[in-house]
Amino acid sequence: MLFLMAIAAGVLFAAGIFMILRRSMVKVLVGILLLGYAANLLLFNAAPLIRGAPPLIDPVIGVPTVYADPVPQALILTAIVISFGVTAFAVVLIRRAYAVTGTGDLDNMHCTDIPCESEEILSDLEDEIL
Amino acid sequence: MIIYPILIPLVFAIITVLFWENQRVKRALSIISTGLLMIVNINIFFVVYREGIQVVQVGDWPAPFGISLVVDLFSAIMLLTTSIVAFLLAFYSVDGIDLARRKYGYFPLFQFLLVGVNGALCTGDLFNLYVWFEVMLMSSFVLIALGGERTQIEGAIKYVILNLLASTLFLSAIGLTYNLAGTLNMADLALRLQAVSSSGQVTVIAVLFLVAFGIKSAIFPLFFWLPASYHTPPVTITALFSALLTKVGMYTLIRFFTLLFPFESEYTHTIILISAGFTMLTGVLGAAAQTDLRRLLSFHIISQIGYIFMGLGLFTEYAIAASIYFLVHIILAKTALFLSAGMVESIQGSFDLKKLGGLYKHRVGLSMLFLLPALSVAGLPPFSGFFAKLGLIIAGLESKQYFIIGLALFVSLMTLFSMTKVWNEAYWKPPKDPQYADQQKPVSRWRLAPVIIIVVLSVLLGLFANPVFEVCQMAAAQLMDPSQYIRAVLGMVR
Amino acid sequence: MQRSIILPVATRFLMPLMLVFSIFLLLRGHNEVGGGFVGGLVAASALMLYAISTSPSALWRLLPLDPRFIAAIGLLISLFSGFISMFYEKPFMTNMWIEAPLPVLGKIGTPTLFDLGVYILVVGVVVWILLEFAEDE
Repeated sequence: MLFLMAIAAGVLFAAGIFMILRRSMVKVLVGILLLGYAANLLLFNAAPLIRGAPPLIDPVIGVPTVYADPVPQALILTAIVISFGVTAFAVVLIRRAYAVTGTGDLDNMHCTDIPCESEEILSDLEDEIL
Repeated sequence: MIIYPILIPLVFAIITVLFWENQRVKRALSIISTGLLMIVNINIFFVVYREGIQVVQVGDWPAPFGISLVVDLFSAIMLLTTSIVAFLLAFYSVDGIDLARRKYGYFPLFQFLLVGVNGALCTGDLFNLYVWFEVMLMSSFVLIALGGERTQIEGAIKYVILNLLASTLFLSAIGLTYNLAGTLNMADLALRLQAVSSSGQVTVIAVLFLVAFGIKSAIFPLFFWLPASYHTPPVTITALFSALLTKVGMYTLIRFFTLLFPFESEYTHTIILISAGFTMLTGVLGAAAQTDLRRLLSFHIISQIGYIFMGLGLFTEYAIAASIYFLVHIILAKTALFLSAGMVESIQGSFDLKKLGGLYKHRVGLSMLFLLPALSVAGLPPFSGFFAKLGLIIAGLESKQYFIIGLALFVSLMTLFSMTKVWNEAYWKPPKDPQYADQQKPVSRWRLAPVIIIVVLSVLLGLFANPVFEVCQMAAAQLMDPSQYIRAVLGMVR
Repeated sequence: MQRSIILPVATRFLMPLMLVFSIFLLLRGHNEVGGGFVGGLVAASALMLYAISTSPSALWRLLPLDPRFIAAIGLLISLFSGFISMFYEKPFMTNMWIEAPLPVLGKIGTPTLFDLGVYILVVGVVVWILLEFAEDE
């Protein structure tokens, strides 16, 4: 089982890295998501995979010989919640970027290196508010 | 008590969201919050200075199982410095942030950023550190994209993607660490990693953490997102990022490589030294090619990060002390430089060195606000930069690393050259365009006062270098002797 | 475009069910599968179903407060649950329980309050994000 999980994590890492090397913004985002899943799976395998054993220690019986480790699951839950928020933001950002630059191709985004004429969205926003 | 640096900005962030529509209240709340934070952190600093490392077990769970918050002298110094800068930036934001950004949540995000920064500085738990980093990153993502200009969005995309990649690496490294040691409490981890120090897996994890935080703190060859994104938001936000984000990454690297991975020093510290040398050099060479003031200063962030990293690479008590002093020095000096650049822009309407000019003729006082921190960054006595670099070079001589010393001195010279260029172009030369010759546009007091204070602090740091450096040496002594940290965290149980 | 009648009719039955289910998830969350985050997501998806079947502006009218404030209030409740233990001179976020279990609600303590805060926060944040999307269209 651990072997299969390791293969799965490896495949996810490979797919994620392949995707973040693409030029399209959306594909890069998918790549980041895949990498996140890969990291979560890696976390899941951090403790030995044990079926049917309790994760809690009974104070009367003491530490059982076989017990499941609940920590990685707790960590993954937190990581999933965080990646939920990050993904929501990234999607908004990509939509915004598409609206502003009119392209989804990362190769066309060179305004940060070579100054180019930017439409002053901000001043428009300011006018709207005032 | 050490929970307050996290709680104060969090509570104020929530209250600021509740007053979403009222700009004056939000502004006042942000100043009150950072003010309170500064008072609390001054208090924490003195408590830690007198009584040693402070620990709180959150939720009353005993140490290796629950989350511990730990503040040692190094954390306390960082907390104090960042909160002073945050307080002054809260004042600067009153005029330095436009209405659209203030409307769209600048102030709550500012507070959430502080929550993340303070959390990362206080925590003694690996996974908790990840959570605080994400809090910090999420706020910085929104802050950098806030406003939605084209360059900003493009910079934000580069910043977001590379930082998410770093977070994934960080998370994977945590998974591997847990697999190896079965604990996430940093003090407990330090003990257990010592037991398996022969294993190559520890080195793999160490390098994975090095890459993850290397991206976040912009070291060579992982810094490319920084010059592509830091110059895009308003200068107040850039100053905030340069003072807090990369420096917290650096703080974590120093913490990790003194507490968790001090033994594999042959291998990792050679990598660190080489990378530090290249970081300094590429940063300053990049700066030499720039004519935009903000971009130029962004490249200098990278080059200065190299110095801090160099102290870690030398890995002697004196070198770490010099690195800590350098961190404090650069947070103050760099913020002052960015904020002065912001004032230059507010007067002349441009960051382009070719268009600027003639500021010295009309605004001598204002020019000094740039000149003093610039000389300090370049490393001229009697400013703080001189002592910071002197400390690093003495440490380098002691460990006989002559090559990196030569490089550090050369980069220092190049920094001086770069700062001279800015001084000549923006302040001394007559402006080409006659429309810039009229220098009577007033600078708001909200901008002027914090910059004056921060420049004064920076100069004082140089004048009182000796006592400050002694405190840094105490902090370094604590860092180099992890048993103090371990005893403070785990001692309560046993 | 003609709207299908199936979705609005189904929503009329589904939405209350989903809201009740979300509260069920919230309350059983301490020792069993469930919790504030999942409950909040279910509640938020119920609200979004309503917004899709009618219109985003109808959801705006349905909400008692701006989703921003809902989120802030949720965070405030969670934070407050951490402070309770500080009144009893225990460290921040120490779990405190009411001794006797209450009818229907079960065992109540500061983690329940924390979860309630998370629930409200998640509802607020998810609705906020999705309404923001809807406004762009």
